[in-house]
Amino acid sequence: MTTLLDFCSLVRSKNAGPFTLTFDFMCHDQAAYDTLVGTGFLNKDLFARLYGVHPADILLVNHPLALAVKVSFPRPEPQGDLHDADCYAGQQYAPLMDLPIETDHAS
Amino acid sequence: MEFRILAPTGALGAGFDAEAFRRGVAARPHVIACDAGSTDSGPAALGSGTPKLSDQAVTRDLRLLLRARDELGVPLIIGSCGTSGRDIGVDRVAALVRGIAEAENLHFTMGLIYSDQPAERLEAFFDDGRIAPLPHAPDIDRELFARSHTVAMMGVEPIEEALRSGCDVILTGRASDTALFAAVPHMRGADPGLTWHMAKTIECGAACAVPPSANGLLVHLRDDHFDVTTLAEDSRLTPRSVAAHTLYENADPFRIVEPSGILDTTDATYEAVDERTVRVRGARFMPADGYTNKLEGAELVGHQTVIVGGVRDQVVIRHLPDLVPFTKKYFADKILDVFGGDVDPSDVDIDFRLYGDGAVLAAAEPEPLRPREIGVLITVTAPDQATAHAVATFVAHASSHLPIPEYDGLVSTLAYPFSPPETDRGPLYRFTLNHVVTGVTPTELFRTVTEEV
Repeated sequence: MTTLLDFCSLVRSKNAGPFTLTFDFMCHDQAAYDTLVGTGFLNKDLFARLYGVHPADILLVNHPLALAVKVSFPRPEPQGDLHDADCYAGQQYAPLMDLPIETDHAS
Repeated sequence: MEFRILAPTGALGAGFDAEAFRRGVAARPHVIACDAGSTDSGPAALGSGTPKLSDQAVTRDLRLLLRARDELGVPLIIGSCGTSGRDIGVDRVAALVRGIAEAENLHFTMGLIYSDQPAERLEAFFDDGRIAPLPHAPDIDRELFARSHTVAMMGVEPIEEALRSGCDVILTGRASDTALFAAVPHMRGADPGLTWHMAKTIECGAACAVPPSANGLLVHLRDDHFDVTTLAEDSRLTPRSVAAHTLYENADPFRIVEPSGILDTTDATYEAVDERTVRVRGARFMPADGYTNKLEGAELVGHQTVIVGGVRDQVVIRHLPDLVPFTKKYFADKILDVFGGDVDPSDVDIDFRLYGDGAVLAAAEPEPLRPREIGVLITVTAPDQATAHAVATFVAHASSHLPIPEYDGLVSTLAYPFSPPETDRGPLYRFTLNHVVTGVTPTELFRTVTEEV
């Protein structure tokens, strides 16, 4: 099974200010970046489904020089709010790591 | 034209390698700048005015910076003093600076730039419709400003004003991280696209190095490019690591918003000069239609008492999802009873977080977690500490004897690591603003005080 770890040297979630959650997917090399982007796995619908946000609120940017894909959307709870359990948003990427990625381009 | 800018570390008090710093000083930089704050620690620093890092750690770093500044005779700019950039944070760092100067026999002109915003001023802006939301901003009302503590984030202009008036050491309240590094070249007419991109690249110190570290970076900013060099001997910079730094803690790597406009890095290029130096070109700065200053605010939510426990029994673990809602109703009734109706249960938040069963992830777990042990964090938040503590004592007691249908008699359902199980955490704050003030001059929200040290 292919997963994000096969493509990425770093998968990171962080705050971009207290009200925005942001993810960085840093690929191993050019080939991994091209393949990962080519699969279309990292798309707005995935994040909308997993994190319960509206696709229109999601920013998805490919950064070829950094060999990275970046995804940002509103934080589910503002940073440090009463029921926020992840002040640095440092573990929010975790469920993405277990998902299988379809790499067969034959179709 | 060449400007050399030294960024000794990503955060004042985080520490940095003194040898690496000396290599930066040996390059005779025109300015040393260092950030001392962030919202990334959460709302407590702004709400309470308490810095994240200790006076001892900040003093250690400051001593090295002040000595180097004296040796070079160039400005030292420290931004967002005291983590939040509140006035008391500036005063706290200023006291440390005075102490070091006396001990080391250093003399200079110090400028303190304050950024606290009085509620009346903000209410007037609000009434004029001049407080505009940024993306994902929370709803605000006029009463918010009196309830919360607010700072405005300065751009380069108040810092340039202090530089022009002859300040050698500038301690700012809340400032854009980039402004600290951009101020000198911006004031002296360097290309704005390169200037802001340079500032964005080095604001976190050697965070963009391989491996990342708390050590420093040196920039040579020239007419059509800048070279960024890592100072630590055991670290490298690559075109990719420098390009990737625009991603860090930032929603959009190609459009970075400053008070006076937007840094557009779409056409930026990165090339290796040697193992430790990368040459950067091509970013553009697009001036905004009007100047804005961002506002950051935090308000008191209440006072909190926490209880930590653990569960190992699978029967108890299986019942927890049903027992937790059951206890909430029980505790509401108990609050009415214990306080004789003086405390409204709706003013008290009692929250159970099941670590091992979905406490960390803000979203729903795609697959159920099936742990053998579960950590239980109970938070009780009330308008005052005494009430939070009093509620927590019966919450802890009742939670350790939850009724389990399979078992007869009194069972112990939670393992408590502490005696007593309740820990008072003090005041709890929340962020209240992600807004800008529009139609301002770049300096009108800030106050500068100058003194001879």
